[in-house]
Amino acid sequence: MPRMNFVSHFEAALIFAFFSSIVLGVVTKRTDRERLIYGLRCFAYFMGSVFVIGWLMFLGHR
Amino acid sequence: MANNTAAETPSLRAWFPAVAVGWLIPGGGHFLLKRAGRGGLLLGSVLIMFLLGLMMRGAMFQPQTGDVLTTVIYTGGFIGDLCSGLFYLLAIWLGYAQPDAAGHVHDYGTKLLVAAGLLNLLAMVDVYEIATGKKD
Repeated sequence: MPRMNFVSHFEAALIFAFFSSIVLGVVTKRTDRERLIYGLRCFAYFMGSVFVIGWLMFLGHR
Repeated sequence: MANNTAAETPSLRAWFPAVAVGWLIPGGGHFLLKRAGRGGLLLGSVLIMFLLGLMMRGAMFQPQTGDVLTTVIYTGGFIGDLCSGLFYLLAIWLGYAQPDAAGHVHDYGTKLLVAAGLLNLLAMVDVYEIATGKKD
């Protein structure tokens, strides 16, 4: 099994957000169009949270 | 009253096989219920998250008791890991035993392993709803 010795915080958050959004979109809504929109929205919320919380932590440590 | 409750409760035979297959093989319940597209997406997502967790050398949780926080984290983490079904069982049977190590990559690996199981838990709930006719 190959090893991943370095993953940045952003890459890890991106991986988590991408696959979680797919599953949340698939299991939550009833039509394919609703699933796609909800999955994209979840991904945007995840990534938006990463940037907002990242900036808050950066400014909080100055 | 009793008849109404019996009518509302779906029979075990209607949903148990699909949910059991869905636990063992993520997305398998959807394949069994002829939802191959959704099953493929769930299988791919859970499998890739689980493999990335292994490649990051994430630790598997073992159930522990003690104070409330320890019990919740370790037993909850163990249940999360176990929800990955065959992937978890295969990893353990093939000797994967990564000790909990310092470092953010290991830590993310541990979280991805648990998250893969928890996403499969959501997929199992979806399979239940499809099998009992609450959802298409």
